[in-house]
Amino acid sequence: MAKITFITRENETVTLEGTSGSVMQLAVDNNVPGIDGDCGGVCSCATCHVHVDTAHTSKTGEASEIEADMLELNDHANAQSRLCCQLEISEDLDGVVLQVAEAE
Amino acid sequence: MEKSALPDSFEEARITKGYGKMNDQDDPVTMVLGLKDVRKCAHNWKTFQSGAAPGRIVVPSEVNIRDTRQIPFEVDPPEHKDFRSLVEPWFKRPLEERYMASLTEQINALVDEVLTLDKVEVVEEFSLKLQSRALTLLLNIPYEESELWISWGTHVFRSEGNDLDGDKAKILYDYIDGKICMAMQNPGDDLYSMLLAATVDGKKLTREEIKGIIILTFSGGRDTVINAVTNSIAYFAEHPESLKRLAEEPEITGKAVEELIRYFSPLTHMGRVATEDTQVCEHAVKADTRISLCWASANRDAKVFESPNEVVLDRKLNPHVAFGFSHHNCLGATHARQIMNILLKTLADKVQSIDIIDYKENIEDLDQFKRKVGYDSINVTFNKK
Repeated sequence: MAKITFITRENETVTLEGTSGSVMQLAVDNNVPGIDGDCGGVCSCATCHVHVDTAHTSKTGEASEIEADMLELNDHANAQSRLCCQLEISEDLDGVVLQVAEAE
Repeated sequence: MEKSALPDSFEEARITKGYGKMNDQDDPVTMVLGLKDVRKCAHNWKTFQSGAAPGRIVVPSEVNIRDTRQIPFEVDPPEHKDFRSLVEPWFKRPLEERYMASLTEQINALVDEVLTLDKVEVVEEFSLKLQSRALTLLLNIPYEESELWISWGTHVFRSEGNDLDGDKAKILYDYIDGKICMAMQNPGDDLYSMLLAATVDGKKLTREEIKGIIILTFSGGRDTVINAVTNSIAYFAEHPESLKRLAEEPEITGKAVEELIRYFSPLTHMGRVATEDTQVCEHAVKADTRISLCWASANRDAKVFESPNEVVLDRKLNPHVAFGFSHHNCLGATHARQIMNILLKTLADKVQSIDIIDYKENIEDLDQFKRKVGYDSINVTFNKK
């Protein structure tokens, strides 16, 4: 079980609990605004873009090359950026705080 | 070669040069072929614009058959954003339960119908019907309207032996004019009425702008959806094991949709016009000449995709560009994905196998390249479970 907190573009805090699957799916299933997950989680659309709170980047690790390439051309990407379809829910993510990024 | 295979026509040029050349009505096109280059050019709207003369970024060019600018497709930032934000929520309606239920009902009825027939010509009797009926949901208008669109044939601009048929385009434009007039007199809850009531930047849309959005809605999702659906039927005919797998593991359906769309790349490429002297792949591109972003080639780039010429039904990392890339990505993608998702589930649920009887491939002539994009016709038999 991992507690995952989203901060929406409107600055609302949504905390969810999950055990498996991707963080994107958890957000979509719970209607977190701004996380669309259009491509269903295959790293093709970048509609699940989040910024990982700097205190929690060790929990999420680094983006793969394919994910980093997607983010490279995103106007709102920074060093904290991740596509949350690529974040698998596990105990390691417990307590993570994710800011929903601006839409492209 | 399998009957359902779509070969990669671009591999050699992509590896050796990174670009290809195509003449099109004396307005040549430099085709960008690698995934990373395609993405970079798609992102760089300042150098590679969409807001050129209406029809020019389409390949083959439509400058001689239309003056109406398609919106938001042929508009660059910052104006693009206002139009896109206006229409985006409407084009996300396919995610609503009522929409999905209606689409499921339509596709169920069509699959039930073809299961009773000995022989079905998929393009005209299945894909065109499916696409036209589904479009009534996207526009939020009565189902019966689809009968007229079905009678128009498979492409609103093209007809047999004539790539750019101005008369056929006029049929669509006159029809849309008529429908806008009707919505002005009797507003309803359809797309026409929504656009008539809308404002962008505090101003009402002009009639020409409304027309541009509607034309895009009709033409962008016609032969693309038809090719995706037809190619899916051909693929499942030769891969009954995939149909069986989808029935047993419905949870992979979303991934299968993305993979089939990557593999089929129903829209081969889309153009841009250079605003300055520049280069792609160390090849000079002069100001006011065209490049194209070749989605079909990029989606087979072995630098990114393992086994790019195979359909890997549950491909996990699939950063394809079949719906384009960056701010101009496909407005109708949510609708298209929903069609494919429901189609795959319905086929897996009801169909045991599909037999191909005969077929005629649709080969696009891109000068240097000849690409199979689908079928002009394909006769099959659907066998029920």
